[in-house]
Amino acid sequence: MSDLTKLTIAGARDALRKGDTTATELTQACLDAIEGAGALNAFVHKTPEIALERAKAADARIKAGDAPAMCGIPVGIKDLFCTRGVDSQAASRILQGFKPEYESTVSQKLVDAGSIMLGKLNMDEFAMGSSNETSVYGNAVNPWKSGDTDLTPGGSSGGSAAAVAADLCLAATGTDTGGSIRQPAAFTGIVGLKPTYGRCSRWGIVAFASSLDQAGPMTKTVRDAAIMMQAMAGHDPKDSTSADLAVPDFEAMLTGDIRGKTIGIPREYRMDGMPAEIESLWAEGRKMLEDAGAKIVDISLPHTKYALPAYYVIAPAEASSNLARYDGVRYGHRAKLAQGDGITDMYEKTRAEGFGPEVQRRVMVGTYVLSAGFYDAYYNRARKVRALIKKDFDDAFASGVDAILTPATPSAAFPLGQTHDDPVQMYLNDVFTVTVNLAGLPGISVPTGLDSQGLPLGLQLIGRPWEEGDLLNTAHVLESAAGFVAKPGKWW
Amino acid sequence: MSIDIKTAAHVAKLARIRVEDDALPALAQEFSAILGFIEQLNEVDVDGVEPMTSVTPMRLKRREDVVTDGNIQKQVLANAPDAREGFFAVPKVVE
Repeated sequence: MSDLTKLTIAGARDALRKGDTTATELTQACLDAIEGAGALNAFVHKTPEIALERAKAADARIKAGDAPAMCGIPVGIKDLFCTRGVDSQAASRILQGFKPEYESTVSQKLVDAGSIMLGKLNMDEFAMGSSNETSVYGNAVNPWKSGDTDLTPGGSSGGSAAAVAADLCLAATGTDTGGSIRQPAAFTGIVGLKPTYGRCSRWGIVAFASSLDQAGPMTKTVRDAAIMMQAMAGHDPKDSTSADLAVPDFEAMLTGDIRGKTIGIPREYRMDGMPAEIESLWAEGRKMLEDAGAKIVDISLPHTKYALPAYYVIAPAEASSNLARYDGVRYGHRAKLAQGDGITDMYEKTRAEGFGPEVQRRVMVGTYVLSAGFYDAYYNRARKVRALIKKDFDDAFASGVDAILTPATPSAAFPLGQTHDDPVQMYLNDVFTVTVNLAGLPGISVPTGLDSQGLPLGLQLIGRPWEEGDLLNTAHVLESAAGFVAKPGKWW
Repeated sequence: MSIDIKTAAHVAKLARIRVEDDALPALAQEFSAILGFIEQLNEVDVDGVEPMTSVTPMRLKRREDVVTDGNIQKQVLANAPDAREGFFAVPKVVE
């Protein structure tokens, strides 16, 4: 078979079961594609030996007729996931050389399902960023180009997005704290699903903001997202916030029928200065769902405007606590000390050398908002606003709305290397996605069109808690109606 | 709210991140910009609103308070920058 790496998960599963190809062939094709794609800087730690060994095991399993859907599927794993014996450094210098003695629950579930890890994927340092430019490995590059300009693949899961869009792997894991799956998916013309908070175990995933972080699949199609989600989800006794709920058969829920469903269009997402292309993309999406038999209603989510400022209190606060563990004692980098340096010097020098500027900034902002005298004014106030943001969604769902349609991002992918004097400007990238994390809801980004420069644009659907299956079905209808098939021209 | 250099230095100290004196003015300015953005939260009427503690209304699972693993000293120390005789080694803590 030619173009093996272009297969979807569903297509590869069927081809493997029919014997048209083998997991070993498929894996080798991906490894070759990765070798030829150094310019994208998507894979930062390659694991060909592990991949070929697991491919052999998958082939045996398929032959024996004992193969779940993900068996034999080559995937990339975001560097945020701890993988046993394989570098896992959250794209940070402070975790240089760290090889975990354990495997994250989600990546272990993917191993158990027979999928094949090709390597670790680039990302923003500690998942803090929207352009993949805070990575210690240097930025990943979007396979889509605007003329000769190199574009960001988005962030923080930029390597995952670039790798899937460029057909280096069939799918990848991502994590999403404020939009880190959905924004890069939109920037690269792929599908990205952030499940309900608690659907996937966070155990073994390097923590950024524990009340917001969720892992999810980044795939070429909605069907693939359903298949991969199935393998990643489920209760884990090692994560007390993972939900002890049955995981439904997500793929079986893709009926393509959304007649009678109610889709809400939130008026607060119509931002001042929103590009006309985003506005018309959104209107087209609305029409597609309406034509498929859904009822469209205008809704209000009045506290939307306060989501970003609340996020930029809560996320740094949690990050400052989570990142306190990087002290140069138990793992990773330790600064070289001068004669007479004490333990505080060791902490301070290690953290100054090990953390990049954006991570340092957020750790210190978090430290400030949690410090004596400011805790109530900032942190507690932000948690109250968060409760109000969640209530906005609760009210919309209580009024009969099944899903909410919004743009995924305020623009298409932007050029790499733009100077960011004002960190707040970069934070605005998350304006449409961050509400979903604050409210703990499932959200999915679906590619639905191209802008005037030929760059992909995505729409976001937001679902009720725990109803990823229903959400995927609506996304599947939107995907089919939009008929997005464009791929980036190969230049790398 | 604007952050002065003294406050920036104090925050860096609390966060255990060494910031050289000449970098403090820029840091103070960045803090001020970010906190200025956050100040918008003061517009929201939060009277009578409980701060969110859990985004999904569920009781955290409990388990018996017993030892669940152990005897993995080698693995625990495997990634340490400086491990000696079964311990993490650090600079002198007490004079």
